Amino acid sequence: MSERDNIFARLKEALKLQAPARHGRGLPTIEEQRHVMPPVGKSESELFELFAKNATDLRATFKRAKDLGEVTAELRALRDSEKWQRVATHRGSLAEPQARSLGLPLMITEENSEKHELEQCDVGITECDALVAQTGTVLVTSRTAGGRALTCLPPHHVVLARREQMVPDLPAAMQLVQKRFGDQYPSMISFITGASRTGDIERILVLGAHGPKKLTIFCY
Amino acid sequence: MSAPAAQFKADAKRMAADLRHRATIQTAMGKYEVVRDQRKRWFQDWEGARTLAARTKYEAVNGLDAHLTRFTQQLEARGTKVHWASTSAQACVIILDILKAKNAKVVVKSKSMTSEEIHLNGALERAGVEVVESDLGEFIVQLRGEPPYHLVFPAMHLTRDEIKDVFEKKLHDAPSNDPEELTMVARRQLRKKYIQADVGITGANYAIAETGMISITENEGNARLTAALPKTMITLLGIEKVLPRYEDLALFLPMLAVMGTGQALTCYNTMYGGPRQADEADGPEEFHVVLLDNRRTLVLADVEQRDALGCIRCGACLNVCPVYRNVGGHTYGTVYGGPIGSVITPHLRDLQDWKHLSYASSLCGACTETCPVGIDIHHHLLRNRRNASAPKTGKPSWTQRQLFKIYGAIAARPRLWKLTTKLGRFAQVFHGPVKGGVLDPMRAWTKTRDLPPLARQSFREWWKEQGAHE
Repeated sequence: MSERDNIFARLKEALKLQAPARHGRGLPTIEEQRHVMPPVGKSESELFELFAKNATDLRATFKRAKDLGEVTAELRALRDSEKWQRVATHRGSLAEPQARSLGLPLMITEENSEKHELEQCDVGITECDALVAQTGTVLVTSRTAGGRALTCLPPHHVVLARREQMVPDLPAAMQLVQKRFGDQYPSMISFITGASRTGDIERILVLGAHGPKKLTIFCY
Repeated sequence: MSAPAAQFKADAKRMAADLRHRATIQTAMGKYEVVRDQRKRWFQDWEGARTLAARTKYEAVNGLDAHLTRFTQQLEARGTKVHWASTSAQACVIILDILKAKNAKVVVKSKSMTSEEIHLNGALERAGVEVVESDLGEFIVQLRGEPPYHLVFPAMHLTRDEIKDVFEKKLHDAPSNDPEELTMVARRQLRKKYIQADVGITGANYAIAETGMISITENEGNARLTAALPKTMITLLGIEKVLPRYEDLALFLPMLAVMGTGQALTCYNTMYGGPRQADEADGPEEFHVVLLDNRRTLVLADVEQRDALGCIRCGACLNVCPVYRNVGGHTYGTVYGGPIGSVITPHLRDLQDWKHLSYASSLCGACTETCPVGIDIHHHLLRNRRNASAPKTGKPSWTQRQLFKIYGAIAARPRLWKLTTKLGRFAQVFHGPVKGGVLDPMRAWTKTRDLPPLARQSFREWWKEQGAHE
């Protein structure tokens, strides 16, 4: 017998006996989840307000732009103030042209792209799958945001989002993932909530533990 | 007394008197309590959320065979290699074989308590592989050659000066004792390692049966990089980690963050469902998932304590435990410390050798009250006490039997009971001089405790007197 068979034999034997359900049983519905979870507003403006507040608490930068032109201008301002030398991005109808417009040496993450090269970039500019108002979270995947490392290796992660990508809460974000990808999931789905951080030394907050030190979100 | 019991007793005595340790832990826990409570209030109904989480875990654990089947089928369908290990040793061999096949020299690891449980680092080092812990706290305790102090905060017991010292000694790089500068030292050191490493090893917080994914909760981004840069990724997890559905994460991700660190969500919550897919820029070429039993099926077979398998390792019960806060994490001598560790260690190792942990509790119930998945922790400690004191003959020891016989005989005879309590008051006078000394048969208890004087008037007498006034 394989170890798998041994383990399943023990599982089946153990599960012959029923355990008491001290807190009831049955998987909760989404409505039940929403009933207990942190409140979110209904209107679009409430959601944006909540996301902005959460971003501030997380020390991330969240900026709403009137149109794509304003996003381009904001990116250029960041390029100048932070003195970017090299930019990384991915193939995408939104991120790639925006990154190109900066006029800097550009790296595009693709199969066979070099991790050393990515490590030298000052910023990773990516698209996202959703923004979650409830927690100030950016949802990215390895398929839609340039792989696994682009959103984590460069010291500054800049996210470009469209306003219709805002979802109210985590249950909605989970539903969106399932609806969008069906059973063709990307190999990585990441909920990013603020820039990388640690409190491992005397519980004092330090940003930029291993991942990005800064997270900036532009939404138009 | 078993060797672990003797070690616990000696260390507990020393640590309980260590005022500096106490101050360090009180400061850390104080900060945690404030943010945790803020976040609990952020929920519309925290208690309701606990009930939903407990219900979800009930379904997960009680359908473990079906969920594991689904989980692994889904993983394999997307090109992941699944391995099964009944014991720690088997799990180590599986991982070593993968490393050998890949000719791996350097391994970068993100935080995994399960890897501590199977003593993976030792096994890898003996095989000549360099292992680097990438979580900052784990990195620090690895440099010090210590096990993690806490499930969530491995270096909670250390001050910035102690961390500066070890960085100086081991890395020759410690510009100051400033937490930010020290963190940047680790960042620089580890960036090199992620890129250099042949294999990345991670743990997992959840295994999603429905979609065949593992989910990792972290703040630093070290697990993200461990899963992104090396060509091979290995995830080690206990078989009990399953959640039935993807949407269960909507509840479990924030609950783990609230109880673990007092955050709304940790910085990165990431699900991995396979190696790099054809349309993706990077990621490992191979993804191995190693599922570990290591006597978890024994906990499953114990219907009274089966709910202990629902533990999400948030560390909340450690943080509220008055015993943990005084004796410290290392005193337990186990990978899983604190109340939940005291419950599961006798199952995962040996009941007789580890039964003393069932007494490392004031039974105040703070652990049960705080547990986000509603594990009946302090009652499980009582159940372990009962199980440990019932030897194979089904009888307690001779002394215990005689004492309870005498007690039973007295308690069953009201007159004798009355007489004994009256005499007890006089006997207590004679107890005074020998209290806690070698002549005192009760010294194990009375050495550190005072029995209040027995009342002149018994409750029955008082009750009668009250009746007379009516």
